[in-house]
Amino acid sequence: MLHLVNKSPYDGSNLNTATSIMKSGDTLLLIEDGVYGAVKAGKAASLLEGHTVSVLGPDLAARGITKDKLADGINVVDYAGFVDMVEANDKVQSWL
Amino acid sequence: MSKTKKMMYINRKAPYGTIYAWESLEVVLIGAAFEQDVSLAFMDDGVYQLTKGQDTSGIGMKNFSPTYAALGDFEVNKIYVDKESLEERGLTLDDLQHLVWEDEDEDWAEKDSIHLVSRAELSDVLADQDVLFNF
Repeated sequence: MLHLVNKSPYDGSNLNTATSIMKSGDTLLLIEDGVYGAVKAGKAASLLEGHTVSVLGPDLAARGITKDKLADGINVVDYAGFVDMVEANDKVQSWL
Repeated sequence: MSKTKKMMYINRKAPYGTIYAWESLEVVLIGAAFEQDVSLAFMDDGVYQLTKGQDTSGIGMKNFSPTYAALGDFEVNKIYVDKESLEERGLTLDDLQHLVWEDEDEDWAEKDSIHLVSRAELSDVLADQDVLFNF
């Protein structure tokens, strides 16, 4: 299953809920304000540990987050990569 | 003429996920024309509004972050940034734009607009205001 989080982890519990429900084999994609959760130095980064995590590159760039600021093991994708991930998963769960 | 009021705009939202940040900036710039004593606070996700290096070309939205640098020219030069909010998000002052204003009383000396404050200091600044606007 692909989990989408589009809200800041510092303004609500979406990332916390998503990561606590994810099973092994599931993938998390952070988009829009969700990308703030991928910043290594931020408190929320600990929620990502042990999960397969991708982040949408254009949303990182919009927010001035460079790749060197990301937590280890995070995969950066573009819009085409986003589509590939949707296609590769049987279900998509958007944590709106 | 009514007396000058101390007005503070409190910004607590990230810049592109909602329209609040941009709307706030527009209201601040309009309000600056009325010669009030304006100050800005950035806390919680609002601190993200001031980060440098924003490039929105990939998401089809206007990058309004360069406009913050113009605030000094509108005599909006009291910008308070909540230290706790920065730290929680793994940010430092170096991650933010360097916003300045020119002090005409001191031969146009360039001065920092951003003041990094603790919650207690921010609390005192809020208590000192006449009007609070929330975005």
